Formats: sequence, C-alpha cells, structure tokens
Amino acid sequence: MSTQKTIYLDYASTTPVDPRVASKMMQYLTPDGEFGNPASRSHRYGWKADDAVEEARSHVANLVNCDPREIVWTSGATEADNLAIKGVARFYKSKGNHIITSKIEHKAVLDPCRQLEREGFEVTYLDPNDGGVITPEAIKDAMQENTILVSVMHINNELGTLNDLEEIGKITREAGAFFHVDAAQSTGKVDINLSTLPVDLMSFSAHKTYGPKGIGALFVRRKPRVRIEALIHGGGHERGMRSGTLPTHQIVGMGEAFKIAKEEMESDHTKIKSYHEKFLKEAMKIEHAYINGDVNNKVPNILNISFNFVEGESLIMGLKDIAVSSGSACTSASLEPSYVLRALGRKDELAHSSIRFSFGRFTSDDDIRDTLAILNKVVDRLRELSPLWEMHLDGIDLDTVKWNTH
Amino acid sequence: MAYSKKVVDKFENTLENPQAFNVGRFDPKEENIGTGMVGAPACGDVMKLQIKCEPKGNTHIIKDVKFKTYGCGSAIASSSELVEMLIGKTLEEAKEIKNKEIVDALELPPIKIHCSVLAEDSIKQAIEDYESKQ
Repeated sequence: MSTQKTIYLDYASTTPVDPRVASKMMQYLTPDGEFGNPASRSHRYGWKADDAVEEARSHVANLVNCDPREIVWTSGATEADNLAIKGVARFYKSKGNHIITSKIEHKAVLDPCRQLEREGFEVTYLDPNDGGVITPEAIKDAMQENTILVSVMHINNELGTLNDLEEIGKITREAGAFFHVDAAQSTGKVDINLSTLPVDLMSFSAHKTYGPKGIGALFVRRKPRVRIEALIHGGGHERGMRSGTLPTHQIVGMGEAFKIAKEEMESDHTKIKSYHEKFLKEAMKIEHAYINGDVNNKVPNILNISFNFVEGESLIMGLKDIAVSSGSACTSASLEPSYVLRALGRKDELAHSSIRFSFGRFTSDDDIRDTLAILNKVVDRLRELSPLWEMHLDGIDLDTVKWNTH
Repeated sequence: MAYSKKVVDKFENTLENPQAFNVGRFDPKEENIGTGMVGAPACGDVMKLQIKCEPKGNTHIIKDVKFKTYGCGSAIASSSELVEMLIGKTLEEAKEIKNKEIVDALELPPIKIHCSVLAEDSIKQAIEDYESKQ
C-alpha cells in the first residue's frame, strides 16, 4: 500500500462516520453504557435504550418532516427498498399487479422488482431522458388501470440528477397508486418535506450521511395509510413491519447523524457547491470531457464526467492516490459498462470512460486542487497511450472505423 | 478487482515512462513496418501494435516494436508485457507466443484473460500485415 494519503472523493459510495456520531454510539455498547434491549419493558436498562431509540427516531423524522411513528428501522436502504416494494406489492396484489420503476434505479430497487416479476407481477422499466431524469410525463404514460406502485429514486447515485417528486407524486395520487422513493442519496443534501410531498414510502440510509453502515429506515405514511407485508418475522417489533432486536447503537448513530445533517445542511451545501463549481470549471478545460447527467438539475456533491479516448478503469488505476468510482465495465465483475450511463443513451465508449467524483463534509480545498492536478496529468498520459486519441488527432472519425472485434 | 503487483507495476511504469516502454508509432506505410489493431472502443479495449522488422538469413527478425492501447489497466500491462517478449525474435518465434505466457507473466485474474488474448491477436495481425508487404 502507498504510504501517501489517498484523497477520498467517493462520498456517494459511503461516508466516514462523523466523529461526533461515533462518540455518541460508544455510549450504547459497553457495561457502563446504555446497552439494554429496547424491547425490555421490565427494567431501566430497557427503558433507557428505548428512550434513545425513540429520540433517534425523532431526529430522523425531524430531518424529513414526518411523524416519528412513520419511521421503521431497517438494516439499511437496501432492506428499506425491499420492504417497501415487496411489502406493498404483496399486500395489495388483489388490487393490481403492475409496478412502474426506472432503468436508472439502484439494484436495491431493480432486483426486488425482478423478484416480483418471478412472482407474477408485471414491471415497466422507464428510460430516463438525456439528462438522466425520469420525467413525470413518462410516469403518466406508463400508468395502467392495474398499477399499484411506482418506485423512483430521488437523487441518482451515479449522476446526482434529481427527479421531481412533487409532480410524480401528483400523478400517482391521482391514479391511486402508491409512490415509493429511494432517498438514500438525499438526506443532508436537499430539503425533504414529507408533510407536503405526495410520497407514500421513502427509504433512507445512515452511511451516506455520516452515520454508520448497517442501519437505515423506511418512511411508511400513516395518512393516507399505507400497509405493507413484513419480510422478517419474529417478535413483531416496529409495529409488526420489521421484527428483530433493535440495534440501539446503530440507531443512535443514525439519529445523531441526521440531527447533525439538519443543523449543518446549509453550511455543507455551501462548501460543496463551491468545490463543485471549481472542479467543473477546471475539469471541463480538459479536451473532450463530458458531464453525464443534466448539470442544471443535479446535486453538487456528485459529478460524473467522461473523458473520451481514455478507458475508465485505467484512469482509476492512474488516479491511484484518489478514491473514485467508474462506470467502466472493467471495474465490475460483469464486464458490462454502467447500466445507468447506457440508459442515458451514451455511447458505450463514453460509459467506459466515466468517472464519478463525489465530495463531502470532510473534503478540503487541497483535495480538490491536488485531484485536479493529478487528473490533468493522468488523462494526458493515458491519451498519449491511446490509439483512439491518436486516430482522433489524425482526424479519423472513430464512428466510421470498422473495428476488429474479438 | 485485485490485480497482482506485477500488473500494477507494469501499468504504472508504462504510464510514468511511456518512451522507455515502447509507447509510440511507426509510419504504417513503410515497407518494413507491420501494424495490427484489434478490439473496439465499445468493448472497452483497443490495442495497436507495430513491429519493425528486417530480413535475417531466410527469415525476418523483429528489431523494434511500438504500441498504443486504450483499455483497462491489465490491457495496457498485457500489451507492454508482450512488447518486451517480441524484440529480437524471428517472425516464426513471435507467432508461437501464446496468450498463456502473458497470463503467467502478469498473473492475470481469470476475468482479465481476454486482455492477453487481445495481445496475442494483435501480434498475429501485425505479422500478417508485415508479411503481406514482403
């Protein structure tokens, strides 16, 4: 391993736990702390743990402006997505068997939908527009008599693009279908007001918002009421929707992280927006760099750029002191380029050439400056190595070349 | 993706010092140059390999090689590894080079074996091109 510090620009993948969160979590583990089982009603250990869980639930509810009783703890956003999608579909299957989602959803949404197809449901997977957005019109057009659920993410994890929940929700309300939103990337980045948003279920994750991994939550609306069939049985915790002893320290961590997110959203946003502007301005000076996703309709903490004529995995290897993600096939076990970028209608070679930079609370001015310097150098070097760049400089249109595929 | 240290070193050295690792181009129209280009941008890798040969006895010998590769780290490392194997070999010897030798030299993971196949294809094509000119 390199002894040099690796610059972390992969906050959309996960964030470090804020030290303030970690120190709070430590108070709920050890013999001198509040280690009790929140379900124990017969002694103070249980009562104290239960108090902590309920306080955390209030912090989560407070960030998204809902009733704490609408928050169900899960092991993370993946479980929350599974619980929402399978839970609604199985509970309401007598009302209809059609589900609408999009091709740019996280696998935590797509895979449960595939499972429901195996169980006899019919699923429509919508294409995004060129800017990486699922339009309300597309939802409207896909609506059927038997549509029971629409599941669309709030912020796309690869592109940072935003979907219009207000408008989509109006359509689902009118059609009488439930609306689930994967908001794993949203908390602490944009305001969410569930008291007015026409959303029925929303998934949250702690570890994208400086909380611990292994804990998340599902918002399940009470008015109008949404019923779901549980996935996990064994004690009837969380009003029967999710059994299992509550992990107090994880929950306290998520609560604290979301409390801080509410307090610091504005200052985090201001800082990250300035990094985004600087990074965008400098990176776009590199020839044939293209932004993926509508730059005017996205969050500033995620920036997805394709550097044409350079393959993404080699770029990531070249950027060895910077932690970033790529849509390149070569970084995935499947050898398929990012399905999100392909859904945008980008040419495969641009999908292969994409890098996702994501900034966060602990990103510094130096991180941005150093990354831009290294990025410029490595793109230059890899282009010097690239036969495609050479052909481009020779004036050859790569689209007209007959490739000798293997 | 866990690469062997050999792949990482080869890739990094080639990137740091491209000239020393035979990155570059020859004029493909020259009679003593053979060019092979395989792969496709949409698949994520394209290798271009050029050999400069001269007659020796009743055969031809590879005097110099230049390459350029667009592709993942192991594709670049595979091309660079192949180039080192080629210099000084006769065309007959070069034709005998199998992708397995590159796999072994770089300890390529199974999912990256196609990179070595591409390298083997590129030398075959470069030799064909050269021989067609003689």
